[in-house]
Amino acid sequence: MHEWALAEAILTTAAQIAEKERLKEVTEVTIRIGELQDVEPEILKFALGEIKSDLFKNAKFRLLKAKTELKCRVCGTIWRFKRESLDAATAEAIHFVPEAAHTFVKCPKCGSPDFEIASGRGVWLDSIQGVK
Amino acid sequence: MIDPRVNVIDSRLANVKRIIVVSSGKGGVGKSMVATTLALILKDEGYKVGLFDLDFTSPSTHVILNAPVTVPQEDKGIVPVSVKGLKYMSMVYFVGENPAPLRGVDVSNALIELLAVTQWGELDFLIIDMPPGIGDVILDLLRLIKRAEFLIVTTSSLLAFETVKKQVALLCELKASIIGLVENMKQASNINNSIEIEARNVGLRFLGEIVFDSTVETSFGDEVKLLGTSVGRMLKRVVEKDLLVKS
Ligand SMILES: Nc1ncnc2c1ncn2[C@@H]1O[C@H](COP(=O)(O)OP(=O)(O)OP(=O)(O)O)[C@@H](O)[C@H]1O
Ligand SMILES: [Mg+2]
Ligand SMILES: [Zn+2]
Repeated sequence: MHEWALAEAILTTAAQIAEKERLKEVTEVTIRIGELQDVEPEILKFALGEIKSDLFKNAKFRLLKAKTELKCRVCGTIWRFKRESLDAATAEAIHFVPEAAHTFVKCPKCGSPDFEIASGRGVWLDSIQGVK
Repeated sequence: MIDPRVNVIDSRLANVKRIIVVSSGKGGVGKSMVATTLALILKDEGYKVGLFDLDFTSPSTHVILNAPVTVPQEDKGIVPVSVKGLKYMSMVYFVGENPAPLRGVDVSNALIELLAVTQWGELDFLIIDMPPGIGDVILDLLRLIKRAEFLIVTTSSLLAFETVKKQVALLCELKASIIGLVENMKQASNINNSIEIEARNVGLRFLGEIVFDSTVETSFGDEVKLLGTSVGRMLKRVVEKDLLVKS
């Protein structure tokens, strides 16, 4: 599951911030998961728990879902991306590399693949809290 | 909000000994052919080799390899597909033969995603096939993989070399490591060495020339034939003379 690779990226980044902020311990990590990539929250949470260092031993991982908004660069239409409308192979490709959406998704109004992923693309570190 | 992906790229490539980027300011000069053949030669010499096609909008190394259509496996990341003994990764695994209309920001995002999640494991060489020009991909590579070594490809055309020079100037300015320049598709009847002289003038090491070989396209998918083309024979000398001796 490639959620493991993303979990490692989150923990590495959170640890860097903790060091910069001189935190002795991290108590909470807030992560935003974009709907487009459809990262499995349960797997991500499990992976975070498995590979976390001592710095995170009492940390709570909060996972927030971010809706995916696509914006057509040709006609300006803004629409919500709906994963349910895709077949399994396409959904999997977008799960691996969200930019594959430009190959399979079109603007509902004008049919253009030239749209911007305005929000909800991948996995983001929202904030961390801890004690000094 | 912070994008965590870039922070894991170094550790993802930690067990890759050397990263060789086949690049050119100019399109159509033979980068994909050189990158693919170079990867196969190194594998043939017994090294563990990965090949990464970073031309997301016009990938072509899968055609040269005749790589079978498949879906990469997931195991704590994405596992490269094994093709002819190489660990291989390309955008074709995600978009197939369909067009991928990507803008710069999308290309950059896809590149960072694949660098962050692809599990190359242990490699002696990771060979990277680049899109032409000075764009998002080369700027991202220079930013994210500081130890990349560039192998530059040109044709005998002075027009091609004109744009190649600009890319080389950028690489030098950013203190990137350059292995040298290969002159590809030289006509057998062409006896002038103007590219070699031009290269020396800009302080670029000239590795040699590859003559135009009409059997290149009929060699696709056949490892032995590919290594037997003018590209394979010349690159084998480059591997022995220039690549393996470099510390
Ligand atoms: N030495 C050679 N002799 C004959 N044909 C060659 C040789 N090298 C490459 N070719 C052919 O030239 C064409 C361009 O090669 P290739 O696709 O590798 O170039 P490229 O630089 O990767 O192009 P792009 O910039 O589009 O990525 C192909 O049709 C290839 O088969
Ligand atoms: Mg190419
Ligand atoms: Zn539109």
